Amino acid sequence: MTYDPARSSGYPDPPQRVGFFTDTSICIGCKACEVACKEWNGLPADGPLPEDASVLELTGMSYDNTGALGASTWRHVAFVEKQNDAGGLNWLMASDVCKHCTHAACLDVCPTGALFRTEFSSVVVQQDVCNGCAYCVSACPYGVIDRREGDGRAWKCTLCYDRLRGGLEPACAKACPTDSIQFGPLDELRERADQRLARLHSDGVTEARLYGEDPADGVGGAGAFFLLLDEPETYGLPPDPVATTRDLPAMWRWAAGAALGLAGGVAVAFLGARGRGR
Amino acid sequence: MNAPEQVDPVQFTDYYGRPVLKVTRWKSPHMPGYLFLGGLSGAASTMAAAAEATGRPRLARQGRLTAAVAAVGGAGLLVAELGRPERFLNMLRVFKPSSPMSVGSWILAAHGGVTTAAAASTVTGVAPRAGRAAVAVSAVTGPLVATYTGVLLADTAVPAWHAAHRHLPPLFAGSALAAAGGAAMVMVPVAAAGPARRAALLGALAELAVTASLERGQGFGEEPRLVSEPYRIGRAGTLLRAARLLAVAGAAGTALAAGRHRAAAVAAGAALLAGSACTRFGVYHAGVLAGRDPKYTVVPQRARPRVQESRPG
Repeated sequence: MTYDPARSSGYPDPPQRVGFFTDTSICIGCKACEVACKEWNGLPADGPLPEDASVLELTGMSYDNTGALGASTWRHVAFVEKQNDAGGLNWLMASDVCKHCTHAACLDVCPTGALFRTEFSSVVVQQDVCNGCAYCVSACPYGVIDRREGDGRAWKCTLCYDRLRGGLEPACAKACPTDSIQFGPLDELRERADQRLARLHSDGVTEARLYGEDPADGVGGAGAFFLLLDEPETYGLPPDPVATTRDLPAMWRWAAGAALGLAGGVAVAFLGARGRGR
Repeated sequence: MNAPEQVDPVQFTDYYGRPVLKVTRWKSPHMPGYLFLGGLSGAASTMAAAAEATGRPRLARQGRLTAAVAAVGGAGLLVAELGRPERFLNMLRVFKPSSPMSVGSWILAAHGGVTTAAAASTVTGVAPRAGRAAVAVSAVTGPLVATYTGVLLADTAVPAWHAAHRHLPPLFAGSALAAAGGAAMVMVPVAAAGPARRAALLGALAELAVTASLERGQGFGEEPRLVSEPYRIGRAGTLLRAARLLAVAGAAGTALAAGRHRAAAVAAGAALLAGSACTRFGVYHAGVLAGRDPKYTVVPQRARPRVQESRPG
Protein backbone atom coordinates (compact mmCIF):
# COMPACT_ATOMS: atom_id res chain seq x y z
CA MET A 1 0.00 0.00 0.00
CA THR A 2 1.21 3.49 -0.75
CA TYR A 3 1.93 5.93 2.05
CA ASP A 4 -1.21 7.90 2.88
CA PRO A 5 -0.44 11.30 4.45
CA ALA A 6 -3.98 11.76 5.76
CA ARG A 7 -4.06 8.37 7.42
CA SER A 8 -0.64 8.84 9.02
CA SER A 9 -1.80 12.28 10.23
CA GLY A 10 -4.48 10.60 12.29
CA TYR A 11 -7.58 10.47 10.07
CA PRO A 12 -8.88 6.94 10.72
CA ASP A 13 -10.83 6.64 7.48
CA PRO A 14 -9.89 9.46 5.10
CA PRO A 15 -11.36 9.96 1.63
CA GLN A 16 -9.16 9.14 -1.38
CA ARG A 17 -6.10 11.36 -1.72
CA VAL A 18 -6.77 13.98 -4.39
CA GLY A 19 -4.55 16.38 -6.28
CA PHE A 20 -3.70 18.03 -9.57
CA PHE A 21 -2.13 16.72 -12.74
CA THR A 22 -1.13 19.76 -14.78
CA ASP A 23 -0.40 18.74 -18.36
CA THR A 24 1.56 21.71 -19.68
CA SER A 25 1.63 20.31 -23.23
CA ILE A 26 -1.98 21.48 -23.70
CA CYS A 27 -1.79 24.73 -21.69
CA ILE A 28 -2.73 27.69 -23.89
CA GLY A 29 -1.65 30.37 -21.41
CA CYS A 30 -5.12 31.88 -20.95
CA LYS A 31 -4.61 32.43 -17.19
CA ALA A 32 -8.22 31.47 -16.47
CA CYS A 33 -6.80 29.41 -13.57
CA GLU A 34 -5.15 32.48 -12.07
CA VAL A 35 -8.34 34.50 -12.36
CA ALA A 36 -10.65 31.76 -11.07
CA CYS A 37 -8.34 31.24 -8.07
CA LYS A 38 -8.28 34.96 -7.24
CA GLU A 39 -12.05 35.19 -7.60
CA TRP A 40 -12.98 32.13 -5.56
CA ASN A 41 -10.47 32.71 -2.79
CA GLY A 42 -10.93 36.48 -2.67
CA LEU A 43 -7.22 37.13 -3.08
CA PRO A 44 -5.96 40.72 -3.25
CA ALA A 45 -4.03 42.03 -6.22
CA ASP A 46 -0.27 41.81 -6.18
CA GLY A 47 2.36 42.91 -8.64
CA PRO A 48 5.31 41.01 -10.05
CA LEU A 49 8.00 42.79 -8.06
CA PRO A 50 9.00 40.87 -4.93
CA GLU A 51 10.48 44.03 -3.42
CA ASP A 52 7.13 45.86 -3.71
CA ALA A 53 4.07 43.70 -4.29
CA SER A 54 1.83 46.72 -4.82
CA VAL A 55 3.57 47.83 -8.01
CA LEU A 56 1.74 46.74 -11.15
CA GLU A 57 3.87 46.94 -14.24
CA LEU A 58 5.10 44.97 -17.24
CA THR A 59 7.84 42.50 -16.45
CA GLY A 60 9.19 41.93 -19.93
CA MET A 61 8.89 38.19 -19.23
CA SER A 62 6.88 37.22 -22.31
CA TYR A 63 3.17 37.21 -21.37
CA ASP A 64 3.95 36.63 -17.69
CA ASN A 65 3.07 39.71 -15.66
CA THR A 66 2.30 37.67 -12.57
CA GLY A 67 5.94 36.76 -11.87
CA ALA A 68 5.76 33.95 -9.35
CA LEU A 69 3.59 32.13 -6.86
CA GLY A 70 3.14 34.09 -3.65
CA ALA A 71 0.91 34.93 -0.73
CA SER A 72 -1.82 36.25 -3.02
CA THR A 73 -1.05 34.25 -6.18
CA TRP A 74 -1.82 30.55 -5.82
CA ARG A 75 -1.76 29.71 -9.54
CA HIS A 76 0.96 31.19 -11.74
CA VAL A 77 1.22 30.67 -15.48
CA ALA A 78 4.82 30.71 -16.67
CA PHE A 79 5.65 31.68 -20.27
CA VAL A 80 8.98 30.39 -21.55
CA GLU A 81 10.43 31.55 -24.86
CA LYS A 82 13.31 29.32 -25.80
CA GLN A 83 15.37 29.15 -28.97
CA ASN A 84 15.21 25.66 -30.43
CA ASP A 85 17.77 23.85 -32.58
CA ALA A 86 15.82 24.57 -35.78
CA GLY A 87 16.29 28.31 -35.22
CA GLY A 88 12.68 28.78 -34.17
CA LEU A 89 11.12 29.52 -30.83
CA ASN A 90 9.61 27.07 -28.36
CA TRP A 91 6.82 28.87 -26.56
CA LEU A 92 6.08 26.94 -23.40
CA MET A 93 3.31 27.64 -20.92
CA ALA A 94 2.81 26.01 -17.57
CA SER A 95 0.45 26.70 -14.67
CA ASP A 96 2.30 26.26 -11.39
CA VAL A 97 0.69 25.66 -8.01
CA CYS A 98 1.47 24.45 -4.48
CA LYS A 99 2.65 20.83 -4.68
CA HIS A 100 0.84 19.61 -1.53
CA CYS A 101 3.88 17.43 -0.79
CA THR A 102 3.59 13.97 0.74
CA HIS A 103 6.34 15.09 3.14
CA ALA A 104 5.68 18.81 3.49
CA ALA A 105 8.54 20.84 4.95
CA CYS A 106 6.27 23.87 5.57
CA LEU A 107 4.02 21.72 7.69
CA ASP A 108 6.95 20.15 9.56
CA VAL A 109 8.49 23.47 10.62
CA CYS A 110 5.30 25.41 11.46
CA PRO A 111 5.67 26.13 15.21
CA THR A 112 2.05 27.02 15.95
CA GLY A 113 0.22 24.18 14.24
CA ALA A 114 -1.38 26.69 11.87
CA LEU A 115 -0.38 24.53 8.89
CA PHE A 116 -2.18 21.20 8.93
CA ARG A 117 -2.85 18.13 6.79
CA THR A 118 -6.45 17.83 5.65
CA GLU A 119 -8.44 14.64 5.25
CA PHE A 120 -7.77 14.95 1.48
CA SER A 121 -3.99 14.92 2.20
CA SER A 122 -3.65 18.54 1.11
CA VAL A 123 -1.75 21.08 3.22
CA VAL A 124 -3.65 24.15 4.46
CA VAL A 125 -2.92 27.21 6.66
CA GLN A 126 -5.38 28.04 9.46
CA GLN A 127 -5.35 31.81 9.16
CA ASP A 128 -6.72 32.38 12.66
CA VAL A 129 -3.70 30.59 14.16
CA CYS A 130 -0.77 31.71 11.93
CA ASN A 131 1.37 34.34 13.68
CA GLY A 132 3.52 35.14 10.67
CA CYS A 133 6.82 33.64 11.84
CA ALA A 134 7.70 32.93 8.17
CA TYR A 135 9.52 29.67 8.93
CA CYS A 136 7.41 27.90 6.28
CA VAL A 137 8.57 30.45 3.68
CA SER A 138 12.20 29.40 4.07
CA ALA A 139 11.37 25.70 4.42
CA CYS A 140 9.43 25.26 1.14
CA PRO A 141 11.77 23.76 -1.47
CA TYR A 142 9.60 25.18 -4.29
CA GLY A 143 9.30 28.79 -3.06
CA VAL A 144 5.51 28.54 -2.96
CA ILE A 145 4.24 29.80 0.39
CA ASP A 146 4.85 33.44 1.36
CA ARG A 147 3.99 35.99 4.00
CA ARG A 148 1.55 38.64 2.80
CA GLU A 149 2.82 42.16 3.31
CA GLY A 150 0.48 44.30 5.37
CA ASP A 151 -1.38 41.22 6.59
CA GLY A 152 1.59 39.50 8.20
CA ARG A 153 0.37 35.92 7.84
CA ALA A 154 1.49 33.12 5.53
CA TRP A 155 -0.79 32.16 2.64
CA LYS A 156 -0.85 29.57 -0.11
CA CYS A 157 -3.11 27.33 -2.21
CA THR A 158 -5.61 25.36 -0.11
CA LEU A 159 -6.51 22.98 -2.95
CA CYS A 160 -9.86 24.81 -2.51
CA TYR A 161 -10.46 23.05 0.80
CA ASP A 162 -13.87 24.71 1.10
CA ARG A 163 -14.92 23.48 -2.35
CA LEU A 164 -13.63 19.96 -1.67
CA ARG A 165 -15.66 19.85 1.54
CA GLY A 166 -18.68 20.77 -0.57
CA GLY A 167 -17.98 18.09 -3.16
CA LEU A 168 -16.71 20.51 -5.83
CA GLU A 169 -13.44 20.50 -7.72
CA PRO A 170 -10.94 23.36 -7.18
CA ALA A 171 -11.71 26.59 -8.99
CA CYS A 172 -8.62 26.51 -11.25
CA ALA A 173 -9.36 23.02 -12.58
CA LYS A 174 -13.01 23.97 -13.07
CA ALA A 175 -12.03 27.02 -15.11
CA CYS A 176 -9.30 25.43 -17.25
CA PRO A 177 -10.70 25.33 -20.81
CA THR A 178 -8.29 22.68 -22.17
CA ASP A 179 -8.15 20.34 -19.16
CA SER A 180 -4.48 21.15 -18.83
CA ILE A 181 -5.30 21.26 -15.10
CA GLN A 182 -6.89 17.96 -14.10
CA PHE A 183 -8.21 17.31 -10.62
CA GLY A 184 -8.99 13.93 -9.15
CA PRO A 185 -7.81 10.98 -7.06
CA LEU A 186 -4.02 10.97 -7.21
CA ASP A 187 -3.78 7.31 -8.24
CA GLU A 188 -6.03 7.89 -11.25
CA LEU A 189 -4.12 11.03 -12.20
CA ARG A 190 -0.84 9.14 -12.14
CA GLU A 191 -2.22 6.48 -14.47
CA ARG A 192 -3.59 9.12 -16.79
CA ALA A 193 -0.24 10.93 -16.76
CA ASP A 194 1.65 7.75 -17.63
CA GLN A 195 -0.66 7.17 -20.61
CA ARG A 196 -0.30 10.75 -21.76
CA LEU A 197 3.49 10.56 -21.48
CA ALA A 198 3.60 7.32 -23.48
CA ARG A 199 1.40 8.90 -26.14
CA LEU A 200 3.61 11.96 -26.43
CA HIS A 201 6.77 9.86 -26.59
CA SER A 202 5.29 7.68 -29.36
CA ASP A 203 4.38 10.88 -31.20
CA GLY A 204 8.03 11.88 -31.08
CA VAL A 205 7.79 14.45 -28.28
CA THR A 206 10.79 12.96 -26.52
CA GLU A 207 11.34 16.05 -24.36
CA ALA A 208 8.11 15.36 -22.46
CA ARG A 209 8.65 14.25 -18.88
CA LEU A 210 6.68 13.98 -15.65
CA TYR A 211 7.67 16.14 -12.69
CA GLY A 212 6.72 15.46 -9.08
CA GLU A 213 4.88 12.17 -9.71
CA ASP A 214 7.55 9.91 -8.16
CA PRO A 215 6.82 8.82 -4.54
CA ALA A 216 10.56 8.13 -4.21
CA ASP A 217 11.56 11.77 -4.73
CA GLY A 218 12.75 14.19 -2.04
CA VAL A 219 9.25 15.22 -0.95
CA GLY A 220 7.71 11.74 -1.15
CA GLY A 221 5.91 12.67 -4.35
CA ALA A 222 3.82 15.77 -4.93
CA GLY A 223 0.05 15.94 -4.59
CA ALA A 224 0.19 18.31 -7.56
CA PHE A 225 2.43 17.03 -10.34
CA PHE A 226 3.16 18.07 -13.90
CA LEU A 227 3.97 17.02 -17.43
CA LEU A 228 6.73 19.33 -18.67
CA LEU A 229 8.31 19.84 -22.08
CA ASP A 230 11.69 21.04 -20.84
CA GLU A 231 13.95 20.89 -17.79
CA PRO A 232 12.14 21.88 -14.57
CA GLU A 233 14.51 24.81 -13.96
CA THR A 234 13.45 26.31 -17.31
CA TYR A 235 10.03 26.85 -15.74
CA GLY A 236 11.56 28.07 -12.46
CA LEU A 237 11.07 24.72 -10.73
CA PRO A 238 13.82 23.00 -8.68
CA PRO A 239 15.16 19.87 -10.46
CA ASP A 240 15.37 17.73 -7.31
CA PRO A 241 13.45 19.32 -4.44
CA VAL A 242 13.96 17.86 -0.99
CA ALA A 243 12.08 18.35 2.25
CA THR A 244 15.28 19.14 4.16
CA THR A 245 13.38 18.52 7.38
CA ARG A 246 14.13 14.82 6.87
CA ASP A 247 17.68 15.54 8.12
CA LEU A 248 16.38 16.98 11.40
CA PRO A 249 17.60 14.16 13.68
CA ALA A 250 21.14 14.59 12.35
CA MET A 251 20.90 18.35 12.86
CA TRP A 252 19.80 17.91 16.49
CA ARG A 253 22.71 15.56 17.07
CA TRP A 254 25.13 18.26 15.91
CA ALA A 255 23.38 20.82 18.10
CA ALA A 256 23.52 18.48 21.10
CA GLY A 257 27.23 17.97 20.50
CA ALA A 258 27.76 21.71 20.22
CA ALA A 259 25.77 22.35 23.41
CA LEU A 260 27.89 19.82 25.28
CA GLY A 261 30.99 21.42 23.80
CA LEU A 262 29.88 24.82 25.03
CA ALA A 263 29.22 23.51 28.54
CA GLY A 264 32.55 21.66 28.47
CA GLY A 265 34.39 24.77 27.31
CA VAL A 266 32.95 26.77 30.19
CA ALA A 267 33.86 24.01 32.65
CA VAL A 268 37.44 23.91 31.39
CA ALA A 269 37.73 27.69 31.61
CA PHE A 270 36.46 27.80 35.18
CA LEU A 271 38.09 24.69 36.58
CA GLY A 272 41.43 25.47 34.94
CA ALA A 273 42.49 27.66 37.84
CA ARG A 274 40.18 26.92 40.71
CA GLY A 275 40.01 29.48 43.46
CA ARG A 276 42.05 32.17 41.71
CA GLY A 277 40.87 35.63 40.81
CA ARG A 278 37.91 36.07 43.07
CA MET B 1 38.06 37.74 -14.27
CA ASN B 2 36.42 36.41 -11.15
CA ALA B 3 37.86 36.97 -7.72
CA PRO B 4 39.22 33.71 -6.32
CA GLU B 5 36.38 33.43 -3.84
CA GLN B 6 33.89 33.25 -6.71
CA VAL B 7 33.03 30.09 -8.60
CA ASP B 8 33.22 30.24 -12.39
CA PRO B 9 29.90 30.96 -14.11
CA VAL B 10 27.68 27.91 -14.45
CA GLN B 11 25.40 27.06 -17.34
CA PHE B 12 21.73 26.27 -16.86
CA THR B 13 18.43 27.69 -18.06
CA ASP B 14 16.60 29.66 -15.42
CA TYR B 15 13.23 31.41 -15.49
CA TYR B 16 14.14 35.04 -16.26
CA GLY B 17 16.69 34.93 -13.43
CA ARG B 18 13.89 34.59 -10.90
CA PRO B 19 14.62 32.90 -7.56
CA VAL B 20 13.43 29.29 -7.30
CA LEU B 21 13.03 29.69 -3.53
CA LYS B 22 11.43 32.56 -1.70
CA VAL B 23 14.08 34.81 -0.24
CA THR B 24 13.84 34.51 3.55
CA ARG B 25 11.25 36.83 5.03
CA TRP B 26 13.23 36.98 8.27
CA LYS B 27 14.39 40.54 8.64
CA SER B 28 17.65 42.15 9.61
CA PRO B 29 18.55 43.23 12.28
CA HIS B 30 15.83 41.18 13.99
CA MET B 31 16.86 37.63 13.12
CA PRO B 32 20.68 37.98 13.18
CA GLY B 33 20.35 40.25 16.22
CA TYR B 34 18.42 37.50 17.98
CA LEU B 35 21.03 34.91 16.97
CA PHE B 36 23.67 37.12 18.62
CA LEU B 37 21.72 37.98 21.79
CA GLY B 38 20.44 34.44 22.26
CA GLY B 39 23.99 33.12 22.01
CA LEU B 40 25.31 35.78 24.39
CA SER B 41 22.57 35.00 26.90
CA GLY B 42 23.03 31.24 26.70
CA ALA B 43 26.79 31.29 27.19
CA ALA B 44 26.58 34.01 29.88
CA SER B 45 24.11 31.98 31.95
CA THR B 46 26.34 28.91 31.68
CA MET B 47 29.32 30.97 32.82
CA ALA B 48 27.26 32.43 35.68
CA ALA B 49 26.47 28.93 36.88
CA ALA B 50 30.12 27.88 36.64
CA ALA B 51 31.20 31.04 38.46
CA GLU B 52 28.73 30.34 41.24
CA ALA B 53 29.82 26.73 41.55
CA THR B 54 33.49 27.73 41.82
CA GLY B 55 32.93 30.68 44.16
CA ARG B 56 33.40 33.68 41.91
CA PRO B 57 30.69 36.18 42.91
CA ARG B 58 31.69 39.03 40.59
CA LEU B 59 31.60 36.84 37.48
CA ALA B 60 28.43 35.18 38.70
CA ARG B 61 26.65 38.52 39.16
CA GLN B 62 27.79 39.84 35.78
CA GLY B 63 26.78 36.58 34.08
CA ARG B 64 23.31 36.65 35.63
CA LEU B 65 22.67 40.21 34.52
CA THR B 66 24.06 39.75 31.00
CA ALA B 67 22.09 36.53 30.50
CA ALA B 68 18.80 38.12 31.52
CA VAL B 69 19.20 41.35 29.56
CA ALA B 70 20.27 39.50 26.40
CA ALA B 71 17.46 36.93 26.74
CA VAL B 72 14.79 39.60 27.11
CA GLY B 73 16.27 41.67 24.28
CA GLY B 74 16.50 38.64 22.00
CA ALA B 75 12.95 37.56 22.73
CA GLY B 76 11.81 41.10 21.97
CA LEU B 77 13.50 40.95 18.57
CA LEU B 78 11.78 37.64 17.84
CA VAL B 79 8.36 39.02 18.69
CA ALA B 80 9.00 42.11 16.56
CA GLU B 81 10.00 39.80 13.72
CA LEU B 82 6.57 38.14 13.57
CA GLY B 83 4.03 39.19 10.97
CA ARG B 84 1.45 39.19 13.79
CA PRO B 85 3.40 40.09 16.96
CA GLU B 86 0.21 40.11 19.05
CA ARG B 87 -0.04 36.38 18.42
CA PHE B 88 3.44 35.54 19.77
CA LEU B 89 1.93 33.31 22.46
CA ASN B 90 0.71 30.98 19.68
CA MET B 91 4.33 29.75 19.72
CA LEU B 92 3.44 27.97 22.97
CA ARG B 93 0.11 26.68 21.66
CA VAL B 94 1.65 23.30 20.84
CA PHE B 95 4.93 21.49 21.42
CA LYS B 96 6.02 20.24 18.01
CA PRO B 97 9.29 18.28 17.87
CA SER B 98 9.38 18.49 14.05
CA SER B 99 9.68 22.29 14.28
CA PRO B 100 12.97 23.71 15.60
CA MET B 101 11.14 26.99 16.14
CA SER B 102 8.59 25.30 18.38
CA VAL B 103 11.30 23.48 20.34
CA GLY B 104 13.31 26.71 20.47
CA SER B 105 10.35 28.73 21.71
CA TRP B 106 9.90 26.41 24.66
CA ILE B 107 13.64 26.43 25.38
CA LEU B 108 13.71 30.23 25.15
CA ALA B 109 10.64 30.57 27.35
CA ALA B 110 12.26 28.43 30.04
CA HIS B 111 15.62 30.15 29.64
CA GLY B 112 14.11 33.63 29.70
CA GLY B 113 12.20 32.71 32.85
CA VAL B 114 15.12 31.33 34.83
CA THR B 115 17.64 33.98 33.75
CA THR B 116 15.21 36.79 34.57
CA ALA B 117 14.47 35.21 37.96
CA ALA B 118 18.18 34.81 38.68
CA ALA B 119 18.94 38.40 37.72
CA ALA B 120 15.99 39.74 39.72
CA SER B 121 17.19 37.85 42.77
CA THR B 122 20.69 39.29 42.37
CA VAL B 123 19.46 42.86 41.95
CA THR B 124 16.86 42.81 44.74
CA GLY B 125 18.54 40.41 47.10
CA VAL B 126 15.23 38.57 47.43
CA ALA B 127 15.08 34.75 47.48
CA PRO B 128 18.80 34.05 47.03
CA ARG B 129 18.25 30.30 47.20
CA ALA B 130 15.67 30.36 44.41
CA GLY B 131 18.09 32.57 42.48
CA ARG B 132 20.83 29.97 42.81
CA ALA B 133 18.46 27.23 41.68
CA ALA B 134 17.47 29.32 38.68
CA VAL B 135 21.13 29.80 37.73
CA ALA B 136 21.69 26.07 37.97
CA VAL B 137 18.78 25.43 35.59
CA SER B 138 20.12 28.08 33.21
CA ALA B 139 23.33 26.05 32.92
CA VAL B 140 21.17 23.54 31.04
CA THR B 141 18.94 25.93 29.05
CA GLY B 142 21.90 28.20 28.18
CA PRO B 143 23.86 25.83 25.92
CA LEU B 144 20.59 24.80 24.25
CA VAL B 145 19.56 28.40 23.53
CA ALA B 146 23.01 29.11 22.11
CA THR B 147 23.03 26.15 19.71
CA TYR B 148 19.43 25.35 18.67
CA THR B 149 19.53 28.40 16.40
CA GLY B 150 21.97 26.51 14.19
CA VAL B 151 19.25 23.91 13.62
CA LEU B 152 16.68 26.67 13.14
CA LEU B 153 18.55 27.96 10.09
CA ALA B 154 19.73 24.58 8.81
CA ASP B 155 16.21 23.08 8.77
CA THR B 156 15.26 25.14 5.71
CA ALA B 157 15.51 24.80 1.93
CA VAL B 158 18.11 27.61 1.83
CA PRO B 159 21.13 25.82 0.31
CA ALA B 160 23.88 27.70 2.19
CA TRP B 161 22.12 27.12 5.52
CA HIS B 162 21.01 23.54 5.06
CA ALA B 163 24.35 22.35 3.69
CA ALA B 164 25.96 23.91 6.79
CA HIS B 165 23.90 21.90 9.26
CA ARG B 166 27.07 20.41 10.74
CA HIS B 167 28.76 23.80 10.97
CA LEU B 168 26.13 26.14 12.33
CA PRO B 169 25.60 24.66 15.83
CA PRO B 170 29.32 24.53 16.73
CA LEU B 171 29.89 27.89 15.05
CA PHE B 172 27.14 29.45 17.12
CA ALA B 173 28.43 27.76 20.29
CA GLY B 174 31.92 29.16 19.75
CA SER B 175 30.60 32.56 18.78
CA ALA B 176 28.37 32.62 21.90
CA LEU B 177 31.25 31.73 24.19
CA ALA B 178 33.47 34.40 22.65
CA ALA B 179 30.71 36.98 23.10
CA ALA B 180 29.90 36.06 26.71
CA GLY B 181 33.59 35.91 27.64
CA GLY B 182 34.10 39.26 25.94
CA ALA B 183 31.17 40.80 27.82
CA ALA B 184 32.63 39.63 31.13
CA MET B 185 36.04 41.06 30.22
CA VAL B 186 34.41 44.41 29.55
CA MET B 187 32.43 44.49 32.78
CA VAL B 188 34.48 42.62 35.40
CA PRO B 189 37.86 43.82 36.79
CA VAL B 190 40.93 42.09 35.39
CA ALA B 191 41.78 40.26 38.61
CA ALA B 192 38.39 38.54 38.73
CA ALA B 193 37.99 37.81 35.03
CA GLY B 194 40.54 35.03 34.48
CA PRO B 195 38.02 32.28 33.64
CA ALA B 196 36.13 34.66 31.34
CA ARG B 197 39.33 35.30 29.39
CA ARG B 198 39.93 31.57 28.98
CA ALA B 199 36.33 31.01 27.92
CA ALA B 200 36.54 33.87 25.45
CA LEU B 201 39.75 32.50 23.99
CA LEU B 202 38.28 29.01 23.57
CA GLY B 203 35.16 30.46 21.97
CA ALA B 204 37.05 32.69 19.55
CA LEU B 205 39.31 29.83 18.45
CA ALA B 206 36.28 27.60 17.82
CA GLU B 207 34.54 30.40 15.93
CA LEU B 208 37.59 30.94 13.72
CA ALA B 209 38.10 27.25 13.01
CA VAL B 210 34.47 26.52 12.11
CA THR B 211 34.15 29.65 9.97
CA ALA B 212 37.21 28.60 7.97
CA SER B 213 35.64 25.20 7.31
CA LEU B 214 32.28 26.78 6.51
CA GLU B 215 33.76 29.15 3.94
CA ARG B 216 35.41 26.21 2.17
CA GLY B 217 32.15 24.25 2.15
CA GLN B 218 33.71 21.20 3.79
CA GLY B 219 31.14 18.41 4.02
CA PHE B 220 28.58 20.38 2.00
CA GLY B 221 27.56 17.60 -0.41
CA GLU B 222 27.14 18.40 -4.12
CA GLU B 223 28.94 21.45 -5.55
CA PRO B 224 30.50 22.53 -2.23
CA ARG B 225 32.44 25.42 -3.80
CA LEU B 226 29.27 26.91 -5.24
CA VAL B 227 26.97 26.26 -2.27
CA SER B 228 29.50 27.86 0.12
CA GLU B 229 30.09 30.83 -2.19
CA PRO B 230 27.49 33.05 -0.42
CA TYR B 231 29.73 32.93 2.67
CA ARG B 232 32.66 34.35 0.69
CA ILE B 233 31.16 37.08 -1.47
CA GLY B 234 28.94 40.13 -1.09
CA ARG B 235 27.78 41.45 2.23
CA ALA B 236 28.18 38.10 3.99
CA GLY B 237 31.77 37.81 2.75
CA THR B 238 32.57 41.27 4.08
CA LEU B 239 30.92 40.56 7.43
CA LEU B 240 32.67 37.23 7.89
CA ARG B 241 36.05 38.79 7.01
CA ALA B 242 35.36 41.49 9.60
CA ALA B 243 34.34 38.78 12.07
CA ARG B 244 37.64 37.00 11.51
CA LEU B 245 39.72 40.18 11.99
CA LEU B 246 37.83 41.03 15.17
CA ALA B 247 38.11 37.51 16.54
CA VAL B 248 41.85 37.34 15.83
CA ALA B 249 42.44 40.79 17.33
CA GLY B 250 40.23 40.03 20.32
CA ALA B 251 41.86 36.67 20.94
CA ALA B 252 45.35 38.14 20.67
CA GLY B 253 44.43 40.94 23.05
CA THR B 254 42.88 38.44 25.44
CA ALA B 255 45.92 36.20 25.45
CA LEU B 256 48.58 38.91 25.62
CA ALA B 257 47.30 41.99 27.44
CA ALA B 258 43.79 41.58 28.86
CA GLY B 259 45.14 39.93 32.04
CA ARG B 260 47.20 43.00 32.93
CA HIS B 261 45.43 46.14 31.73
CA ARG B 262 41.77 46.92 32.16
CA ALA B 263 41.77 49.05 29.03
CA ALA B 264 43.17 46.16 26.99
CA ALA B 265 40.58 43.81 28.48
CA VAL B 266 37.76 46.19 27.56
CA ALA B 267 39.09 46.59 24.01
CA ALA B 268 39.63 42.85 23.50
CA GLY B 269 36.22 42.01 24.98
CA ALA B 270 34.50 44.56 22.77
CA ALA B 271 36.29 43.17 19.71
CA LEU B 272 35.07 39.65 20.55
CA LEU B 273 31.50 40.87 21.03
CA ALA B 274 31.60 42.72 17.71
CA GLY B 275 33.17 39.71 15.98
CA SER B 276 30.42 37.43 17.26
CA ALA B 277 27.77 39.84 16.00
CA CYS B 278 29.48 40.02 12.58
CA THR B 279 29.47 36.24 12.38
CA ARG B 280 25.70 36.09 12.95
CA PHE B 281 24.93 38.86 10.48
CA GLY B 282 27.27 37.21 7.96
CA VAL B 283 25.53 33.84 8.21
CA TYR B 284 22.16 35.56 7.87
CA HIS B 285 23.16 37.46 4.74
CA ALA B 286 24.67 34.34 3.16
CA GLY B 287 21.21 32.78 3.42
CA VAL B 288 19.59 35.83 1.83
CA LEU B 289 21.93 35.62 -1.17
CA ALA B 290 21.55 31.83 -1.43
CA GLY B 291 17.79 32.23 -1.70
CA ARG B 292 17.93 35.06 -4.21
CA ASP B 293 20.12 33.49 -6.93
CA PRO B 294 18.57 30.37 -8.50
CA LYS B 295 21.99 28.87 -9.33
CA TYR B 296 22.55 27.93 -5.68
CA THR B 297 19.38 25.83 -5.77
CA VAL B 298 19.47 24.43 -9.31
CA VAL B 299 23.12 23.52 -9.91
CA PRO B 300 23.69 21.31 -6.83
CA GLN B 301 20.34 19.57 -7.40
CA ARG B 302 21.23 18.88 -11.03
CA ALA B 303 24.50 17.32 -9.91
CA ARG B 304 22.72 14.64 -7.86
CA PRO B 305 22.87 11.11 -9.27
CA ARG B 306 19.09 10.60 -9.37
CA VAL B 307 18.71 13.70 -11.54
CA GLN B 308 21.61 12.77 -13.80
CA GLU B 309 20.12 9.33 -14.45
CA SER B 310 16.57 10.53 -15.06
CA ARG B 311 17.31 13.14 -17.71
CA PRO B 312 15.72 12.34 -21.08
CA GLY B 313 18.32 11.78 -23.79
